Amino acid sequence: MKRIYVNEEYCIGCRLCEVHCLTQHSRSKKIIKAFKEELPLATPRVLVEEEGPLSFAMPCRHCVEPLCVEACLTGAMHRDLPTGAILCDEDKCVGCWTCVMVCPFGVIRRKLVGHKAASKCDLCYGETTPACVAHCPNEALVYEEREK
Amino acid sequence: MGGQIGIKMSLSLLTAEFRIERDEDRCIACQVCVRQCANDVHAYDPEDDWVYSNYAACVGCHRCVTLCPTQALTIRRTPLEFRANANWTPQMISSIYKQAETGGVLLTGMGCDQPYPIYFDRILLNASQVTNPSIDPLREPMELRTFIGRRPDRAEVTKTDKGMEIKTRLGPQLELETPILFSAMSYGSISYNAFLSLARAAKEAGTFCNTGEGGLHPSLYKYGSHIIAQVASGRFGVHPEYLERAAALEIKIGQGAKPGIGGHLPGEKVSAEVSQTRMIPQGTDALSPAPHHDIYSIEDLRQLIYALKEASNYSKPVGVKIAAVHNVAPIASGIARAGADYIAIDGLRGGTGAAPTSIRNNVGIPIELAIAAVDTRLRQEGIRDQVSLLAAGSIRNSADVVKAIALGADAVYIGTGALVALGCHLCQKCYTGKCNWGIATQDPYLTKRLNPNIGSRRLVNLIRAWSLEIKEMLGGMGVNAIESLRGNRDHLRGVGLNEVELRVLGIKAAGEA
Repeated sequence: MKRIYVNEEYCIGCRLCEVHCLTQHSRSKKIIKAFKEELPLATPRVLVEEEGPLSFAMPCRHCVEPLCVEACLTGAMHRDLPTGAILCDEDKCVGCWTCVMVCPFGVIRRKLVGHKAASKCDLCYGETTPACVAHCPNEALVYEEREK
Repeated sequence: MGGQIGIKMSLSLLTAEFRIERDEDRCIACQVCVRQCANDVHAYDPEDDWVYSNYAACVGCHRCVTLCPTQALTIRRTPLEFRANANWTPQMISSIYKQAETGGVLLTGMGCDQPYPIYFDRILLNASQVTNPSIDPLREPMELRTFIGRRPDRAEVTKTDKGMEIKTRLGPQLELETPILFSAMSYGSISYNAFLSLARAAKEAGTFCNTGEGGLHPSLYKYGSHIIAQVASGRFGVHPEYLERAAALEIKIGQGAKPGIGGHLPGEKVSAEVSQTRMIPQGTDALSPAPHHDIYSIEDLRQLIYALKEASNYSKPVGVKIAAVHNVAPIASGIARAGADYIAIDGLRGGTGAAPTSIRNNVGIPIELAIAAVDTRLRQEGIRDQVSLLAAGSIRNSADVVKAIALGADAVYIGTGALVALGCHLCQKCYTGKCNWGIATQDPYLTKRLNPNIGSRRLVNLIRAWSLEIKEMLGGMGVNAIESLRGNRDHLRGVGLNEVELRVLGIKAAGEA
């Protein structure tokens, strides 16, 4: 399946991926409105990690053997069959945060607004290219098929 | 008195050059501008959830403007007006304030920005109408291939089974797909990623880039077949393998931005990798002497040319780069007679990573006049065929290329234009090492901003676009090969030029048949 990969040597730590992730997952999908009117702000589903000059954006890896799906008590965390993406069904999620604890990459977070549920990258479900990849100014994020 | 030099006064009289307008209705306080400015212009105040800007630190490079996701930023020249004075301009006054505060030489980067006449903009090209047909480059072949190197006095050919074969032994030549090369820009003055972008683009576009005086990083040896290796007065990074790997060798005598003085790479830009490549200690200023200490005459130059030819077993062209100065024509004649295979001439507006402002803005002559004068002189002496001429010093577009070639150049070097393709906004702060575009810097936070995959793609695009335009212009003139344009000044006419300028350029005035 197509996944988001990061070329950390070209990540410039601008965090535009976070900005556009938040916009994409906002109600209006309009950047200024999302940030100025849809308050409190949601958590972006991609976060940039930084240490010294090294930085990289870290979205969900959509693992082949996802621990979050295995650990989920209610079956909310599941693999979407046509796309292969790991998604959280917010109607089923009870907010036990087991997935947050088991994720080895730390890319599942608590959704801070609305229904108590886990928040994670959904590869911008329905879009051809995830927003973070489309708006990365330095092609540090790429969306491609790498498995043989 | 000496004790006062360099001590900052309590109050600086310098005022901000730019004003940053932030549209508060659009700013979402995402802090991209804060993270992108190496000059710390923007800062976020979490207490008020507000981003504010320090105008005084802004250099006008537009990094923040370009990356702002909501187009909330505009940079303007400061509206602050000094008391009107045609003689004491704000620039003159500010320069004195700066020097009164620092006691130092004023430094700058990029080429001369003063309003001297730009002759390219006063020369117009010809086109065919009725009496001679123009050529459509989309339907008919159009040759831009150019060879750089010494031409033989005559060529003997024989007929073989496979066709014609040249019997005369030709000197080494550089083969260019299009008459545009990337100027000398050293690794050190520009980042590794910038250099890699140039090297990759040169290989892909079938042209050459130039190491400048910074040596060649071992990881770039694989691009050697598309690299011209410079040997400058400091001899930085010159060793047998360096000479071996390159496609051509170039002795750098002078640079258009700073004729008569040597290079200066500040210690801040001499990182571990740069120090290894240049073979100098890390963090030390890389000062190349003004003259080559072994060249005090044309005869001395001849010795170095032939030393390099010997070293490279006469397998690659050896060129000489000089700045366009008053006596450029006789100097070029001397260089041709000293055995150079090509002469690169860098004009007044040629760029630099660091030069004293007073030198950059006041020394040298425009490339248009220099190239015309040199071509004329070499023709008069009957030695034009012995060398190729490369014109450098602010070639800004495809029309400048065509005009330079019609004035007598074989090909052109582009430096600033190439950097602009990589994102340079000509803020002229290369010497600070804080290039926000990741070009003229060695800071690891900044160099990664230039992705060489993007950089080389943009450079190849630029070369391709210019080449297409050159073909269109050639076709319009009814010429189907760049060879036929070289020194063909009949295709040029001057507008708004006086008789002396027209004579030096060797062109007629517009309207003269």
